Amino acid sequence: MTAVVGTPLGRAGGAKPPAARRLRRRDFTFDRVTFFLVFLIVPVVGYVVFVVSPFAQAAYYSLTDWSGFSPAMDFVGLSNYAKLFQDATFLTSMGNSVTLAIVLPLVTLGIAFLFASLITIGGPSNGPIRGLRNSSVYRVITFFPYVVPAIVIGLIWKQIYDPSSGLLNGFLTGIGLDQFTSFAWLGSPDTAMVATMFVIVWGLIGFYTVLFIAAIKGVPAEIYEAARIDGAGRLRTALTITIPLIRDNIQTAYIYMGILALDAFVYMAALNPGGGPSNSTLVMSQQLFTTAFTKGQFGYACAMGVVLAIVTLLFAGVVFAVSRLTGGSNEVAE
Amino acid sequence: MSAGTTATTVNPTVVGDGTRAPVKRKPTTGDRVVGTASHTVLIIWSIVVVVPLLWTVMSSFKTSSEIFSSPFALPATWNFDNYVNAWTTAGIGSFFINSIVVVFGALIVTMLFGSMCAYVLARFRFFGSRAIYYLMLAGLTFPIFLAIVPLFFVLRSLGLLNTLPGLILTYAAFAFPFTVFFLFSFFKSLSGSIAEAAALDGAGEWRTFFQVMLPMARPGLATVAILNFVGLWNQFLLPVALNTDPQNYVLTQGMASFASQAGYSVDFGALFAASVITVVPVLIVYLIFQRQLQGSVSQGTDK
Repeated sequence: MTAVVGTPLGRAGGAKPPAARRLRRRDFTFDRVTFFLVFLIVPVVGYVVFVVSPFAQAAYYSLTDWSGFSPAMDFVGLSNYAKLFQDATFLTSMGNSVTLAIVLPLVTLGIAFLFASLITIGGPSNGPIRGLRNSSVYRVITFFPYVVPAIVIGLIWKQIYDPSSGLLNGFLTGIGLDQFTSFAWLGSPDTAMVATMFVIVWGLIGFYTVLFIAAIKGVPAEIYEAARIDGAGRLRTALTITIPLIRDNIQTAYIYMGILALDAFVYMAALNPGGGPSNSTLVMSQQLFTTAFTKGQFGYACAMGVVLAIVTLLFAGVVFAVSRLTGGSNEVAE
Repeated sequence: MSAGTTATTVNPTVVGDGTRAPVKRKPTTGDRVVGTASHTVLIIWSIVVVVPLLWTVMSSFKTSSEIFSSPFALPATWNFDNYVNAWTTAGIGSFFINSIVVVFGALIVTMLFGSMCAYVLARFRFFGSRAIYYLMLAGLTFPIFLAIVPLFFVLRSLGLLNTLPGLILTYAAFAFPFTVFFLFSFFKSLSGSIAEAAALDGAGEWRTFFQVMLPMARPGLATVAILNFVGLWNQFLLPVALNTDPQNYVLTQGMASFASQAGYSVDFGALFAASVITVVPVLIVYLIFQRQLQGSVSQGTDK
């Protein structure tokens, strides 16, 4: 969860920094040479070995039939990919992953945006622009699941969904809904996916609420005052003032959430390690993991990795395109 | 909260009708309806968040048979047997120590090299600096799953597979691009003239960094360190794939194997206790650094 995608460099990196200095030949003193060696070469080499080179190797291995532990490795061209798209299990997992990538960001960020709006500007329509009473309490509470490791979130909810001793069925039968006595939420193909999605949403809403709260607080209050004077209601303010003004944050959050939804490995590993009833919660990352580390088909698994990466990049591309088409950064200038 | 005061302190009390609004005015009916509805929604969600967590804590004090008999009943006796069992019998104790070693080891490595690299990139322009920038971007964008299979063999060829040092280096490497991105913008915002002044006073590059720039970057370092801590503590895929020796299990993977290995004979009370044990360190960090953490969430994506 570290990668809160780094827009700062994205923006600053484009323009040439005025303060940055060009290196000249006479700058190469002992102090400076060791400095660059340790400060730049060592970390970058380490990074290349552990992060960049595996990415590149994966692309190559995906074109082979390598089984990993034997040196024998034949170049098979694109046949792994051809096989992938006839592999019914993989296609199921891909469908599930794409479903997650479509539904999870929309639901999570939608609710997070609603909460953030209520907490920051949802207060009474007279007096200063402010949030609901005691709204910081909600902020702290909703953020809380973010500090619970995802695997623990999954394991806790697996117990809550437990057919006989779980909290959910206990509650439902307690209020008289007896049809839920030993109903297996994670065990029936119809509900397993929805139940899983709920767990992921539960774990992440708080994080994005806090993110949006910070973004909305960065918007000058005068803009909201002006909108109110012009007669804009709450809904209209949220849609036509807040969203355009925090568009960049929403876009970043959307991409980050999509990357997470396309992964989802840890939640699945906790809730339904085997892929769920009739593979209804099987996702690409799980299928990749099994193919590689259980079946030892490393070349084939790498092809899955490449497909996963392509889907991720496509997702990011779609988000950028939609953001651009719906107005981009030229709506309300800050 | 970085911009926490803007919305509340800019406080123009002149409203649409041109009169000074009284500080307290009766809320309109619409306000009351919206306010009540909003509070209701937020309260329901708060309950949905809090109840599962409280239930976990409560269940961690129950015996397995108590857990099976009723999800709501309070434990008959409040004792720490489950915690003791989880810590010793289930091996959560040693997983916990492994987690501490790996996370703090990786944190030190990635913070040290990340801040160095970010500083160099922020302060100097040289051949290849843009290439490094794109490498970082790739590391942030591509799914770890693409790298996981080759990474397995990279570590094996280095003799680091299934070892804690190997895991430390891998953790550090995958936290590296985020660290650099974040600190890059931070070092950029520090005035370059201070480094120039240090150089004029005769400080070499090493000294300038460690005695002048690094202390100035302390707030940024703290923020990244906290975010990295939470992220690395929760890391699951890397240890599961690269660290398969049960002796070396970290907490997250230990939890997963504990929950799955024994099937029906799982000691559920101990499982709940182990969940609580896993959350506590992050909770402590969260409570101590609550303001900083929530503020830093925004800094990562801020304008």
